[in-house]
Amino acid sequence: MSHLELDDMLGKGWRKPAFVKNSMLRWTLIGGFVAYLIAAFMTIEVNWSRVYEGLDRGWAFVLAFTSPDFISRWSDIWSGLLESIVMTVASSVVGILISIPIGLGAARNIAPLPVYVICRGIVAISRALQEIIVAILLVAIFGFGPLAGFLTLSFATIGFLSKLLAEDIEAMDKVQAEAIKASGARWMQWINYGVQPQVMPRLVGLSMYRIDINFRESAILGLVGAGGIGATLNTAFDRYEYDTAAAILILIIGIVMVLEYLSGIIRARVQ
Amino acid sequence: MPVLEHEDAQIWRRRTTGQSLVRWFGWLLGVAVFVYCWQIISASTTWFFVWDAPRIANDIWTRATPPKWDYITQLGRPIWDTLNIATLGTIIALFLAVPVAFLAARNTTPSALFIRPIALLIIVSTRSINSLIWALLLIAIIGPGVFAGVIAIAIRSIGFCAKLLYEAIEEIDHTQVEAITATGASRWQIMAYGIVPQILPAFAGIAVFRWDINIRESTVLGLVGAGGIGLQLSASLNVLAWPQVSLILIVILAAVMISEWVSAKVRGAII
Amino acid sequence: MLRLQKLTKTYKTGDQALKAIDLDVPKGQVLALIGPSGAGKSTLIRCINRLVEPTSGEVLLEDVNLVKLGSGALRKARREMGMIFQEYALVERLTVMENVLSGRLGYVGFWRSFLRRYPQSDVDEAFRLLDRVGLLHMADKRADELSGGQRQRVGICRALIQNPKLLLVDEPTASLDPKTSRQIMRLITELCLERGLAAIINIHDVALAQMFVPRVVGLRFGEIVYDGLPTGLTPDKLTEIYGEEDWEATIEKVDEDEEIEAAE
Repeated sequence: MSHLELDDMLGKGWRKPAFVKNSMLRWTLIGGFVAYLIAAFMTIEVNWSRVYEGLDRGWAFVLAFTSPDFISRWSDIWSGLLESIVMTVASSVVGILISIPIGLGAARNIAPLPVYVICRGIVAISRALQEIIVAILLVAIFGFGPLAGFLTLSFATIGFLSKLLAEDIEAMDKVQAEAIKASGARWMQWINYGVQPQVMPRLVGLSMYRIDINFRESAILGLVGAGGIGATLNTAFDRYEYDTAAAILILIIGIVMVLEYLSGIIRARVQ
Repeated sequence: MPVLEHEDAQIWRRRTTGQSLVRWFGWLLGVAVFVYCWQIISASTTWFFVWDAPRIANDIWTRATPPKWDYITQLGRPIWDTLNIATLGTIIALFLAVPVAFLAARNTTPSALFIRPIALLIIVSTRSINSLIWALLLIAIIGPGVFAGVIAIAIRSIGFCAKLLYEAIEEIDHTQVEAITATGASRWQIMAYGIVPQILPAFAGIAVFRWDINIRESTVLGLVGAGGIGLQLSASLNVLAWPQVSLILIVILAAVMISEWVSAKVRGAII
Repeated sequence: MLRLQKLTKTYKTGDQALKAIDLDVPKGQVLALIGPSGAGKSTLIRCINRLVEPTSGEVLLEDVNLVKLGSGALRKARREMGMIFQEYALVERLTVMENVLSGRLGYVGFWRSFLRRYPQSDVDEAFRLLDRVGLLHMADKRADELSGGQRQRVGICRALIQNPKLLLVDEPTASLDPKTSRQIMRLITELCLERGLAAIINIHDVALAQMFVPRVVGLRFGEIVYDGLPTGLTPDKLTEIYGEEDWEATIEKVDEDEEIEAAE
């Protein structure tokens, strides 16, 4: 901006400089966005009479939360919940164990290039495919049941943890690792003394976070037949048993809250 | 880090005997839990199918390749619906998340005793439940279709966005707020001048980040009937039209990658 | 013009930050408030515009007791008191012009301020003030692009555009280098003189205070232990305010500095 004299500026209005400087581009962006919104709204077909009818059911569902029914389908809920927890635990353990070597391999500063490419490839595939789609394919291959769910969650855990672990290793303090290397340590010793102490707290924190996610995901895998509480929930919705559905949702929310609380404590302790 | 006296020699150990025992017991317990979980999974698995899995996987692969490319002409509308579910859902969620975040942040909540816990409860409950479950619920209430998908995505995103946003609000620089207060500004003016400019970058980042996640989630909402490309996936799976399934999976993968690329670009431009 | 009577602040932790302070500031007088960290300097000026609520006592601004005001009347009273902060406290992601104009927030309605449509007279005044502090060409820069000294100038403009009767200045030089500190102190005192403003300046740098202000108030443990001319600050008095230390060097340094300044 050129230097302006005070006298030139007095009496002139002042506008806040626009975020996008080019006014053509700015109006094109705004216009395009508005046009998109209108088009999007126009193409959503809402059956308003159906929605209106649904309000009663919606209200019934809200009311169901005040009187959730844990009792009448307790055996179904319990077996579903147990299966979800079992899948969560097993897949988290296996996922974490496998993601550590893959995470090491996906860190450019400690892995040779061929290993790096392979590990990054695994991470990319695992992250691009959503749990539910993987579950569908695995159910088709392995049949219905918690094994498909267990494999799905393990696979998803690998993508999630390996990527974050690798990023963490790449961002670590080089000097500490070099000091260990300088002492003549072998590769395994170097990882154990130079790398592990630096990334361990974050690994623990991320693992706890992933356990939390795995439990939440295990609640939907049942929708496609991969075991867990989702199947019970789906049945409850199909039969319009809102009080049972509310009970299941309350249990899920409660367990997630407990897990978050625990992971908070554990993360605070390791850091 | 104890040093033991043993036959006049000092022996260094990392842990005392008691600590080692506790650790070993912990590991033992962990392994026992894992074995127990594995047994439950194994008990409800039909192992015959699992041994047969390679053959089935091979079979599916031969059926699914090559993808039925000309089927893509029928996917235009579902892709458009998927985009709308994600975008409109995100926009609605942001509108609702902003007030919730202000009510939940310690430094802006009107009442830490009554209103903050309610806001936190909204955040936890909407966040803990997967969008597929929300979709299931909304379909039971207002019927299947794109609209249910939009609302499901919106509800699921409220908690996520509000949580990140209220953390950003709690981290703002308080002296800037003080300075605006000292000019005699009203409550709303303090908000607009002292707080909003400080959280705007975080807000934009959260919006784009969540939009990216919502694109992923909206691709599978159709599995339970909430519109979008998942409907086609579900229909093709039901009739075992594997060439169509493989094409849809490719489309979903492409959509996920494009949205991730867009969100990374936009976030880069903001920060 | 400003009178504090038995102003007391006790924090929830039980710390007594201010113990029944009595202070009179006549119209147009600039005074420096010195004292060690934790003496209650910041609390004192924040109690005046009630950024911190005083526990008891009275703050009379032209015979209006600020302590008793409701929130609407308090906002009106705050317009009369411009405040300048230690770390500038500019809203960093807004432009210089927006920061200056934010000083008018107490005068304009919400929508006007939200849409940035300030009255032309305010805009002109903002331009004049920015010109006065030599930052007119920076008007559309974002505040976080400015250097420390420039930011503090913008902070001063924001306080002055309120058209205040009194300036409350909290450690204006604490984050600045010595040369910029002097420039800022000179600017503040000059502007107060031009506009006939009273000012209370919190400052921990005794030498700087002695250089620029006609009256110094020393605070220790929430009590006034000195009130008088800057020349009356003898080593004994400084010891009383700050505790034991060799003060000769500090006072001598002032003289030297003044000579250097005169030579420049």
